[in-house]
Amino acid sequence: MTVKTTSLDSKGVGELKKFVENLGLDDSAEAREGALIEVLHKAQGIFGFLPSEVQELVASELQLSLGHVYGVISFYAYFTTEPKGEFEINFCTGTACFVRGVGKVIERFEELVGIELGEVTDDGRISLGHLRCVGACSLAPVVMVNDKTYGNVTPEMVPEILADCQ
Amino acid sequence: MVKIEEIPLDRLTSQDDLLRLAESLQTADVDKTAIQILVGMSTCGRASGAEETYAIIKYELEKRGIDKTTVELVQTGCVGLCHAEPIVEVQYPGRRRITFDKVGTARGRRIVEEVVKNIDGKEVYSQGMGMGIYTDQTRVALRHCGVIDPKLLRSYIAVGGYQQLAKCLFERTPEEIIQVITDSGLRGRGGGGFSTGLKWGFARKAEGAPKYMVCNADEGDPGAFMDRSILEGDPHSVIETMTIAGYAIGSSIGYIYARAEYPLAVEHLRKAITQARKVGLLGKNILDSDFSFDIHIRYGAGAFVCGEETALIHSIEGRRGEPTNKPPFPAESGLWGRPTNVNNVETLASIIPILENGADWFKSIGTEGNSGTKVFALAGDVKNVGLVEVPMGATIRDVLYGLGGGSSSGKSIKAIQTGGPSGGCIPASEFDTEISYENFVKLGSMMGSGGMIVMDEDTNMVELAKFYLEFTVEESCGKCTPCRLGTKRLLDILNKLLAGKGTAEDITTLEETGETIKASSLCGLGQTAPNPILSTLRWFREEYEALIQDAGAAVCYEIDAEACVGCRACAKACPVDCIDGKVKEAHVIRQGECIQCGACEKTCKFDAVIKRTV
Ligand SMILES: Cc1cc2nc3c(=O)[nH]c(=O)nc-3n(C[C@H](O)[C@H](O)[C@H](O)COP(=O)(O)O)c2cc1C
Ligand code: FES
Repeated sequence: MTVKTTSLDSKGVGELKKFVENLGLDDSAEAREGALIEVLHKAQGIFGFLPSEVQELVASELQLSLGHVYGVISFYAYFTTEPKGEFEINFCTGTACFVRGVGKVIERFEELVGIELGEVTDDGRISLGHLRCVGACSLAPVVMVNDKTYGNVTPEMVPEILADCQ
Repeated sequence: MVKIEEIPLDRLTSQDDLLRLAESLQTADVDKTAIQILVGMSTCGRASGAEETYAIIKYELEKRGIDKTTVELVQTGCVGLCHAEPIVEVQYPGRRRITFDKVGTARGRRIVEEVVKNIDGKEVYSQGMGMGIYTDQTRVALRHCGVIDPKLLRSYIAVGGYQQLAKCLFERTPEEIIQVITDSGLRGRGGGGFSTGLKWGFARKAEGAPKYMVCNADEGDPGAFMDRSILEGDPHSVIETMTIAGYAIGSSIGYIYARAEYPLAVEHLRKAITQARKVGLLGKNILDSDFSFDIHIRYGAGAFVCGEETALIHSIEGRRGEPTNKPPFPAESGLWGRPTNVNNVETLASIIPILENGADWFKSIGTEGNSGTKVFALAGDVKNVGLVEVPMGATIRDVLYGLGGGSSSGKSIKAIQTGGPSGGCIPASEFDTEISYENFVKLGSMMGSGGMIVMDEDTNMVELAKFYLEFTVEESCGKCTPCRLGTKRLLDILNKLLAGKGTAEDITTLEETGETIKASSLCGLGQTAPNPILSTLRWFREEYEALIQDAGAAVCYEIDAEACVGCRACAKACPVDCIDGKVKEAHVIRQGECIQCGACEKTCKFDAVIKRTV
């Protein structure tokens, strides 16, 4: 199967192919299917999201049907077929964070950024999303900006956090 | 004198090899004259700034030209005192550790200064915190967390690591091991509470090959983080125990299913697996015995239902993580239809101490039918947020007020929630209950994985029930109808009640629908999804009823055009979108569509929403 990869960054494509190669999978369906989620994680890490070109690439590398790949992507909340913002702001909506008032924090972000949870700003700079318990419940409510964790966040701290997103 | 880091880590080819290595590591450790400064570097520590603290301490030591032989800087896992992070401990050779809480950069500098002033240890700087919380616990599963350096295999071997694996491989038969675990009364800490020994026995007896040993590290209950702490702080113990389990059930392939939200845990596991393989403690012919076992990591991708073992198995296979009917149980037909044993992280972490000390020792902790200890993750409105490990049979009150330090807000504690989205709440009147699987179920909740969310009197229990229900509605995999549609229906009713439009009949419908979903759902997710509602109804029914009474009184809301600044906050808060108005212009409520829920009044920061009785 030849795959159209023109719209994908060729460096990224190379990196993903190398990654699959290094997994050293044997030809069994068990091995190829079993590697799918790991490969999708890697692909999302490289390309930021999983558009159809990436799905086709993954399917062909692992010799799986596109339907199977898409079925898996759509099942798991972590995988996204839409691009996220350059600054991915994620709120923990676990119980500790709920009890400690993450709701008010989310409202403040929505108000100041002007988008709602699950959306990306038009310039692609900021997206708002949510995660389930990052395991730092002592710092509830927790907000993650890309890999950085902000703890004990209050609505008053929101402008400061947004100032870091430049 | 030999230094620990100079002791070579070559391939170990016998039980004696491992014993000798452990001995030389221990001798080097005892001979050590260096003062250790330990920095807790788990997720909660890092999120509180432990990396900066570590960097400043390192810088201050280097600036003074102090090397490792005098003061050694060590990274450890989580001691469980998460509210006190970043935590730094100072260990003078042969003395008790001194613990310092909330060490920012200034305090970090101060600690270095004081330690350097007292290199001889005559006048120990001890402005640390009390150690009560730490010592009142019975640490079995958490025994190494915060004590060893999780990134160093030497550190684990020095505390006796892998000795039980060697003993099992060379001195014990699989049947003997299974017998000890069965006799100990250990029950699954992942929530089910099934006898671990019996489960291993089923997997051993099951026909089919290869067999698989799976570690469930999905820790889906939002608000529970004991498995994370063990994986980050003591990864080798999970690997050693999985290997022992593999030997016991006759499996040579292990999988750890780790959730995507725990990158640090995965990093430590990977490191540990590589280290263990390198010295022959994992992989082909472990310690040159006939037994081979290897472990692969598989990743979750944000689906709660994948914590359920049949769904987890499908996810490892690289499919959609949908559960299937049991029986057949995984022991018979699991991964790729072959015999599979699934155990939770905390369950595994309890096993080596049992092998070391015997079944009777484990039974002597805890109560009849509930042996050993349980780790709880305290969070919410409680002073000491963190992990506590207590003997089964301790009371909820011991945990909350003894170790937890009581309410963090100064207001009284109203209830706790246990068991996550599958569990329920337990009101303050029942806090003298002894902790056991059965007692939690009697109270309408469940043990679950050990998340314990503390709520003070300000918490609205109907809102809490709604929070969990939204969770299950989102996480329901959709495969079976009672769960997919039933939970949605429950949520609609809750929303109606909260909007002030409920009737007494709605409360009855909640109960009836809840019972139906419990009876007819496919997997544990649906079978337990109504619990948060049913238990809040049981203990806090008056909060539901108050919502109905409110519905009876006729009120209306209006916006005072003078006071309104046009911030749109109320319009966003309105669940039925009945507030019009542009930014910076006064808003208006369309009375015909208003459901009198009062959300606008609560949201407005300018007191511009007026409530009137009509
Ligand atoms: C909806 C649902 C979610 C679950 N989530 C987890 C989990 O996150 N971690 C876990 O260890 N067990 C979880 N379980 C329990 C597992 O199905 C299984 O019983 C457990 O992993 C067995 O290990 P144990 O016997 O050592 O407890 C969950 C069960 C259900 C029904
Ligand atoms: S609930 Fe937010 S970090 Fe655990």
